[in-house]
Amino acid sequence: MNGPHARSEPDLAGQVIELVRRLGGPATQAEVVVTRADVALTRFANSFIHQNVAESGVGVRLRVHADGRTAAGGGSVVTADGLSALVERTLAAARLCPPDPAWPGLAPPAPTPSGAPVDEATAYAEPDERAERVRAFVAAAGGLDAAGYCRTALRSSAFANSAGHSARGRTAEAAMDGIARTGGADGVARLAADRLADLDGAVLGARAAAKARAAADPVELVPGRYEVVLEPAAVADLLQNLSFYGFNGKRYAERQSFAEPGVAQFDPLVTLVDDPLGGSGLPFDVEGTPRGPVTLVDAGTTRAVTHDRRTAAEVGTVSTGHAVAGGATWGPMPRNLRLSPAAAAPAAAGPPAGESEWVGGGDLSGAVVDPDTAALVAGVRRGLLVSDLWYTRVLDPKSLVVTGLTRNGVWLVEDGVVARAVRDFRFTEAYPRALGPGAVLGLGRRPVRQPDRVDGVWWEAPALRLASWNFTGGASG
Amino acid sequence: MTEFDAASTAVQAALDAGARYADARVMHRRYESMSARNGDIEELTQDESVGLGVRALVGSSWGFHAVPDLSDAAARDAGRRAARTAAASARVPGPPIDLVPSEPVTASWASACEVDPLGVALSTKGDLLVEATKLVAEHGADVAEGLYQVWDTAKWFVSSEGHRIDQRIRECGGGISATSIGDGETQRRSYPSYRGQYGTTGWELVDSLDLTAHAARIAEESRALLTAPLCPAGETDLILGGEQLALQIHESVGHAIELDRILGWEAAFAGTSWLDLAQLGSLRYGSELMTITIDPTIPGALGSFGYDDEGSPAVKRDAVREGRWVGVLAGRDSAAVAGLDHGGSVRADGWARLPMVRMTNVGLEPGPHTLEEIVAATDDGVLMDVNRSWSIDDKRLNFQFGCEIGWEIRKGRRGRMLRNPTYTGIGPIFWRSMDMLSGETVSWGTPNCGKGQPGQVGHTGHPAAPARFRDVRVGVRA
Repeated sequence: MNGPHARSEPDLAGQVIELVRRLGGPATQAEVVVTRADVALTRFANSFIHQNVAESGVGVRLRVHADGRTAAGGGSVVTADGLSALVERTLAAARLCPPDPAWPGLAPPAPTPSGAPVDEATAYAEPDERAERVRAFVAAAGGLDAAGYCRTALRSSAFANSAGHSARGRTAEAAMDGIARTGGADGVARLAADRLADLDGAVLGARAAAKARAAADPVELVPGRYEVVLEPAAVADLLQNLSFYGFNGKRYAERQSFAEPGVAQFDPLVTLVDDPLGGSGLPFDVEGTPRGPVTLVDAGTTRAVTHDRRTAAEVGTVSTGHAVAGGATWGPMPRNLRLSPAAAAPAAAGPPAGESEWVGGGDLSGAVVDPDTAALVAGVRRGLLVSDLWYTRVLDPKSLVVTGLTRNGVWLVEDGVVARAVRDFRFTEAYPRALGPGAVLGLGRRPVRQPDRVDGVWWEAPALRLASWNFTGGASG
Repeated sequence: MTEFDAASTAVQAALDAGARYADARVMHRRYESMSARNGDIEELTQDESVGLGVRALVGSSWGFHAVPDLSDAAARDAGRRAARTAAASARVPGPPIDLVPSEPVTASWASACEVDPLGVALSTKGDLLVEATKLVAEHGADVAEGLYQVWDTAKWFVSSEGHRIDQRIRECGGGISATSIGDGETQRRSYPSYRGQYGTTGWELVDSLDLTAHAARIAEESRALLTAPLCPAGETDLILGGEQLALQIHESVGHAIELDRILGWEAAFAGTSWLDLAQLGSLRYGSELMTITIDPTIPGALGSFGYDDEGSPAVKRDAVREGRWVGVLAGRDSAAVAGLDHGGSVRADGWARLPMVRMTNVGLEPGPHTLEEIVAATDDGVLMDVNRSWSIDDKRLNFQFGCEIGWEIRKGRRGRMLRNPTYTGIGPIFWRSMDMLSGETVSWGTPNCGKGQPGQVGHTGHPAAPARFRDVRVGVRA
């Protein structure tokens, strides 16, 4: 691309800092992040591609602190005039703001870790490559209606601040999320990866179709507490809500979080690590703080919550590298959370060498399409197998009581065997309680990375067996 | 090169690359938000974004490309790329796509705005939030929050059919909230709504809210809720305040009548709809008190515009007439697929996003009563107001809502305050149970409606007034 948009991110970041120095004076503190993004998404429904989009964008985010006052600004206009206007209006806004006595200062110079390697083939994938995976998914669905997306994303980012710290990084990600549908029943397959080559549309389509066929002719069960096996897509919802409301440093500082570091709040099988560099992720946050793994729960004991510089200062600790744009309001929260898998294999053996774990051989078919889930289901005397959770909303953020629904398949399990498909349930459950001491009956041995709505955010978990889940209503209300 | 020139260049490049139809939008949006917490400004952000998005139809497939650059070269490249992306879609082709007619127009439109919200001094706006949140904190809330947001959007639309439309839409709004923290839970009260009230209007909307006048009340109510009795569990008559009913309309009617959902185009993510097009015109959706309109012409409501993002003019239509389902929200392509003759409800949340079916102002026509009359006519029930949580299934049938506050109703009088009120039901059964409706309508603005992949945030409006529903399940808890 020609013109101003061709300039490198570090060049643009440096230019903004220089403009702040010139227009705001040497005492003005400033930090800037420049991010270039190429995001493309091929979307399908009714078994054809109906939306196919691509965006090439650049964004500049500037925060200044002058005379004890703070303001932030951003924009997509990176011409010389555009950058000057951004700096001028942000400085002007800061002058008009009330004092900010809790300003935590700028991140000092520090080495930035290497991020995950960027797969150039993913970064610059053509629409044909995404369409080919969609074609394979649709074909593997075997005549069932298919819907979903295949996404690739590249983000290249540079940070600079007036304290002399700078950093840069790149990250690429691919994700595929699809359902197959038959007779009102849906089955889902969902996967995020560092490389587009790791997404096999045929495998995902076959898995979704097998689950959809197994979800046909559901019966309605009486609401109540059931033992459950949650597949990774469902577990991802638990991780997301725990992150946004529980391990959020701002909510913790305000006593709105359940988290109590040092207390055994979870079952000993639960270990949660936020690991932004364990998969696609930039190696620093919007304040320039280097990122790395943070253990939030270690064998059931809460160890930490995540912080940016402001919340860290408030509670007397250091930033964990979780600052995000707008975070002053929403708070710093984990966005790459992994539930550690079982240390050893559960009862069932894995697939034969060379055979996919996604659609295993032998008896793995229908509702259960992987050996992890099969092993957990085998231990259930009477309970439910749940593929996915949907539209979960928090009733109370401190106790983290959440309501939502099952989606994309739920089955009754009796004596270790899937007995039949069940109609979707509504549930109302306190997530920390559901994962509390004694509540986790088993974990799978293979975590599966689940994409979020936004690239760069992911949740990784194995299948999970819980002693109790509170279903409060059936499809008829 | 003007914005119209850039859009025209992109459209022509898409046609030259093989598109049989193309349109392009240049958008220039300025956004400002400020939040305060406990009497201090928490965050001030000002963003400015300019770019171009071009949509190309090749065969039966759409392609879309967006760039933040209005140069001639960038516009041409975007048009070519959109056509190439559309061509790639042909690897998995669908049925032929047509577009229902939209008369090509050359027009300008601007929303009404008495006080330019970006022209009000930052210090004035900041002082308001500081004062209001300080008052909330002084009256006992543990966390006092205030927020305003402003969007000032100019857009230029060109199509290969001859549309050439520019619009300027100014939107703003805000609100305050009080959170009190107890031993195992929190209680929140908001005014006038969680995250505030919004409209396609100027700063006069925020002035009219008189935020400081409500600060003490919401703080005291949030503290009182910590010790209030729990909402009882069971089936009872339910009276909903207008703010909550607006969200009920949004979730269980607005999304359900989106034609892209009915056609299955949102199946994997946002979901589908329980509605079957074969029943359009005959299906009993609710009681005869239920008349829902789709009306982007309401002055000042958040879902208002002059033309949608396909160039279709704003027109008022019925969605539900006296309880019978009669209309949908549609775009030019979805309407053609469904055999309907109009679109008019397609918007994108920025230059980088593909336009899609979106609610405009979807609202309930007023009824004959007042809230006080409804309460007086209720022997045993619960009144709930101001949304706290919302959840509904992927077909838009089974819902559960939580409200910030409830009151028991006994023998026609408002009694004790109730904590953690929730209610649940099935859309058409619920709407058929509506037997009293107030005429105290407010057009509530929802600035955070999520839909689409990549995700888009829509701005919608919902005229609503308090109403009563019979035999509703309330008090669901963990």
